[in-house]
Amino acid sequence: MSHLLREHAPVSETAWGLIDDEARDRLTPALAARKLVDFAGPHGWEHSATSLGRTSALAGAPVDGVTAVQRRVLPVVELRAPFAVSRAELRDADRGAEDVDLDALDEAARRIATAENRAVFHGFEDAGIMGIAQASTHDPIALGDECELYPRHVARAVEALLRAGVGGPYGLALGPAAYTRVLETSEHGGYPLFEHLRKIIEGPLVWSPGVDGAVVVSQRGGDFLFEVGEDLSIGYESHDADAVELYLVESFTFRVVTPDAAVALTP
Amino acid sequence: MGFDQYHEPAAELPDETRTFARLCASLTEEAEAIGWYEQRIAVESDRQARAIMRDAQGEEFKHFAMDLEFLLRRTPLWREIAEGILFQEGDIVEHGEEAEEEAVEEAAGRGEPLVGSTSLGIGSLRGAAS
Repeated sequence: MSHLLREHAPVSETAWGLIDDEARDRLTPALAARKLVDFAGPHGWEHSATSLGRTSALAGAPVDGVTAVQRRVLPVVELRAPFAVSRAELRDADRGAEDVDLDALDEAARRIATAENRAVFHGFEDAGIMGIAQASTHDPIALGDECELYPRHVARAVEALLRAGVGGPYGLALGPAAYTRVLETSEHGGYPLFEHLRKIIEGPLVWSPGVDGAVVVSQRGGDFLFEVGEDLSIGYESHDADAVELYLVESFTFRVVTPDAAVALTP
Repeated sequence: MGFDQYHEPAAELPDETRTFARLCASLTEEAEAIGWYEQRIAVESDRQARAIMRDAQGEEFKHFAMDLEFLLRRTPLWREIAEGILFQEGDIVEHGEEAEEEAVEEAAGRGEPLVGSTSLGIGSLRGAAS
């Protein structure tokens, strides 16, 4: 039995199938970071740290005439988003209901996807994660609200990357507000702004909940590493007569290998 | 009748696992029958009887292949490894090692769940964006 304890939940196979499918459907559009950075794993729940291949000096050693250094690792962070499902709704799912209320799951999926994106793009200090925007060595570019100017700002970011020797294609993580503005906008002559931006970056333009403004990131590979222990899973916490308490969980580390391979565009 | 193809209480096992276990038991029985026929044929002096048993053994080989195909269709990683081993010329052990290494590396690169994992299997989404 795995640590998720799914076998202990009063949830039928049919209902588990429904819950897992719903979670996948809700998570996939929102997991922006996974669309733009390298992915390694899953290495399993037991995986606890990523080796950095570096050492820290130690002040002393157990005896004279011996030197000591300590290996540095990046510990895995566990994210967990709890939610509850009504047992009456689960019984209806078993009867074949198509409109089962899984709103709490949808909300938990949104929260954990946003947290993952935020950790990757803006960092998670308590977990020792430096985000892409924080790590960037380039001056941030102000994005602003005037989306007619976005092509100019994104082109400036691409130019900064080229000057640093970071070749394309590039990807653009756009926060929800900026993404909506881009979708709504046509430039002079009716050409969609979305297509114009894609031509500049030559790569994907991604709706990225949790991102403030936008971030242009290299897509050549090897610059940003998202390493997963346990990939997103659903586990069982407890239940009573009315509801089953479940949770979404994942464990990962993230590190920026090439700080000058991204440019932040601030809101 | 025994239910000893189940190593764990059958009531606690999902339907899929019970079906998988039944086919594993069937595969074992076919393999045993193939071995038994081989031994019987080796000691039988009557030509007609040997021909009948050879024919029956062929049926067992066919059932064995069908059982194996069923199991491999449900385990894509092991299917990929088996494809590198089955019907290949050359060193079988070498093919096995190479096929396993290649298949596992490729699966890890795609971020596929570990064997036996109950994760949602989302993994990497590179290439999924517009």
